[in-house]
Amino acid sequence: MKKLMLGNEAIARGAYEAGVRVASSYPGTPSTEITEFIAKYDEIYAEWAPNEKVAVEVASGAAIAGARSLSAMKHVGVNVAADPLFTMSYIGVNAGLVLCVADDPGMHSSQNEQDSRNYAIAAKVPMLEPADSAECRDFVKEAYAISEKFDTPVMIRLTTRVAHSQSEVELFPREDVPVRDYQKDASKNVMVPANARPRHIVVEKRMEALSEFGESSALNRVEMQDTKIGIITAGIAYQYAREAFPDASFLKLGMVNPLPKNLIADFVSKVDVCYVIEELDPVLERQIRAMGLSVRGKDELTLLGEYSASLLREKIAGEKAAETYSVDEEIPVRPPVMCPGCSHRGVFYVLNKLKIAASGDIGCYSLGCAKPLDSIDTIICMGASISGLHGMEKARGREFAQKSVAVLGDSTFLHSGVTGLMDMVYNKGTSTVIILDNSITGMTGHQDNPSTGFTIKGEPTRQVDLEKLCLALGVDLVTVADPFDVDNFEKVLREHLATEAPSVIIAQRPCALLKKAGYTGCCTITDACKNCKMCMKLGCPAISMTENGPVIDDTLCNGCGLCVNVCKFGAIVQK
Amino acid sequence: MNIMIVGVGGQGTLLASRILGAAAMRAGKQVKLSEVHGMSQRGGSVVTYVKYGDRVDSPVIEKGEADMIIAFEELEAYRSLPYLKKDGVMIVNTQKTNPMPVITGAMSYPENITKTIEEKGINIITCDALELAKQAGNIKAVNVALIGVMAKNSPLSKEIWEGALVDAVPAKFLELNQKAFALGYEQ
Repeated sequence: MKKLMLGNEAIARGAYEAGVRVASSYPGTPSTEITEFIAKYDEIYAEWAPNEKVAVEVASGAAIAGARSLSAMKHVGVNVAADPLFTMSYIGVNAGLVLCVADDPGMHSSQNEQDSRNYAIAAKVPMLEPADSAECRDFVKEAYAISEKFDTPVMIRLTTRVAHSQSEVELFPREDVPVRDYQKDASKNVMVPANARPRHIVVEKRMEALSEFGESSALNRVEMQDTKIGIITAGIAYQYAREAFPDASFLKLGMVNPLPKNLIADFVSKVDVCYVIEELDPVLERQIRAMGLSVRGKDELTLLGEYSASLLREKIAGEKAAETYSVDEEIPVRPPVMCPGCSHRGVFYVLNKLKIAASGDIGCYSLGCAKPLDSIDTIICMGASISGLHGMEKARGREFAQKSVAVLGDSTFLHSGVTGLMDMVYNKGTSTVIILDNSITGMTGHQDNPSTGFTIKGEPTRQVDLEKLCLALGVDLVTVADPFDVDNFEKVLREHLATEAPSVIIAQRPCALLKKAGYTGCCTITDACKNCKMCMKLGCPAISMTENGPVIDDTLCNGCGLCVNVCKFGAIVQK
Repeated sequence: MNIMIVGVGGQGTLLASRILGAAAMRAGKQVKLSEVHGMSQRGGSVVTYVKYGDRVDSPVIEKGEADMIIAFEELEAYRSLPYLKKDGVMIVNTQKTNPMPVITGAMSYPENITKTIEEKGINIITCDALELAKQAGNIKAVNVALIGVMAKNSPLSKEIWEGALVDAVPAKFLELNQKAFALGYEQ
C-alpha cells in the first residue's frame, strides 16, 4: 500500500516499522510532527521531554537498556542535546539509537541557519540524509541497522523541504525487534577518564569502518549519465540539482558522514567538471577538497538560504529564469502576527505603554517585537530571556532592572528558563520575569508540556505548579494575573518593578486557539467611538483603521474582549 | 502540472493541498507537496506547492512555473503573480484580509487587484468562496469550495476529485466539505 506522507510522518513510519519502542523529544519546527506521528502508534512509548537534552538522555537510557529508541529535534535543539550526544558517541548503544535533526535553511521558523552536519563530524557519529519521504522511511530502518552493527548513535538530517514535503511512501509491517539483554558494563557505559580513553580509540576505528561501509552501501548511489558535468550532492539539494540538470551524472550521498573517499575520487575522475551542491556550509566540499580533488561549489553558489533548481541553472549554466508576470507597484507585506484573541497581547500592550524593555525568548510571543506592540529588545535562544536580563542588570545596575522584564512562555520556562531564574535568585538579581502561561506549547502547533496536565498521548498526568516552582526557587514575590485585565496587570507590573528582589508574574490565560479559551461571538465598535485609536495600539489583526475610524472584521474577531477592556469610552461591545 | 495555493495563515490551505495531492495520486501520477508550518502560519502569507507528473524532483514551484494558482485572498493572489507561468490560470477568492502594514495605516490595500491581474491578459477566475462556504454551512469550508472551482477547470475527472475528498478530509467534516465542493464545482 502506498500513502502520501510528510517527510516527518515517514520518519515516524520508519521508526514504527523498525520496531522502535521508546521516543522522547521536545517540539521544534520543522521536526515536531515526527514525534506527534510516532505517538499515534500504540506499540511505541512516546513522550514530550522538557528539553532536547533530557529527550536525548531518555532515548540514550532506553537504547543502553536494550530498546530501539529515537529522539527528534530541530537544528538548534542539537545545541541543547550536544552534551549527551558527544558522550553517547563514546558509549555507543546496545539497541539502536537514532537522533533525527531538522535543519531550517532559509529560516522559515528559526533564529539561525546552523548546519547540523557539522555536529555529526564533531561528535564522530554517522549521519544519513534522505531526499524525500520514501527515503525518510528507508533511512530510519537503515539507521537502526547501522547503529547496532557499528555500536553507535546515528543522526538523520532533514531539512524543512524534506520534513514538510509530502511524497509517496510504501507501507510495510512492523518488524518484531525484541528488547536486547542488558548487562552492567562499566568499561563501556561509565564514562570516567580511565574508561573514556580506550573508548575514544574505538570511536576513531569505528569511523574508519563506517567510511569503508559507505564505499559499497546502497545509501550512496552513482547515477552515471552525461559525464560533462558530475554532481556530488545529498538530501533536498539532490532534488534541485536533478531538476536543473536531468542529464548530468550524480553521486547522491545518503550517508553524509563519514564520506566514502574512494567512491568520491572515482566519481570525480570520471566526469569533466565536478560540482558539489549542498545548502548552507561547504561540509562535503571542504572534505572533498582536503582529499586533493578538484571540485567546484561554494565559490559560485552561496552559503545562505535555500537552493532551488533555477538558482542552480542560473549560477552553473547561466540560464535565465522562466518568463513570468510582474507586480508593478509596492504592495504591503504580510508578516506573521499574534492571532486575534492571543493571550500575550495584553502583556505587550502594557509593556509598550510603560516603555519597558523586554528580554525576549522563543515562542509565539517573539511576535511582540513587531509594530505596533514593538516591545522586545533581545531574542537569543530558548530560555535566554531570564539569564540574559540578569546579565543586563549586572552590567547596567538596579535602575535598568526597574525598567525591564524577561518574557517567556510556560513551555520555554520549563525548557531552560528555570535555570536562569535559579541563577538570578542565587546571584542576587532583582529583575522581573513574566511567564506567559497560555497552558500549551503554542508556536509549534499545540503540544502538551509538563505544566499542562496531559501527556503526548492525551493521558492526564501530574502538572508542574509554576507558582510553587518559582517560590521553591526562592522568589518571594510571585503574582498570578490575567493579562486581559490590563489595568490590574499594569498595577501588578509596577509593583514588581519597584520591588528590590527577583519577582515573577505568571500572566495566565489560555491560548486563543484552545477550546478552553471559550471565546464566542465577536466585538463591534459603536457610535460612542471618539476615534482615539487606543484599540489600534493592540495590533489585533481583526481591527483595521478606515477613513471613518476603526472597524472590526467579524470573520477574524473571536470576541476575546481585550479591546473592550482597553477602550476608555466604552465604545466597543461584545455581541 | 504545477499548482500553487496561496493564502493567509489559518485559511485552511493545507487541507486544500492535501486534497489536490490525493487527486493526483488517484490519477496515477507521481506527486510532491510542499508546505510551510510554524511561524509562517500565524496570520502571515502562506504558500503550498503541489506538483504532479510522470517524474517530480524538486517539491518547490519557482517563479514562472505555476500552471495554476489558487489564491484564497486577493492581495496574496497579487503577490503570487510572478510565480504564474505565461498563459497560466489564476483562481481568486474575492476575500480581502488586511495585513499588519495596512492595519497600522503604514500602507494601503491595493485597489482593483482582480482587474489589474485581468488587464495583464491573465486567465483569471474569480469567486466568492466565503459566500459558498456560508451556503454549505460553515465559513471554514472556503478552502474546499475553492477546490471545487479548481476541479471544474482541471484535466482530472469529477470522480477523481470526489474520491480525493474522501481520502483527504476527516470523516466528520466530509459531508460539509462535499457540499462546499459541489457549490464550487457548479460555479
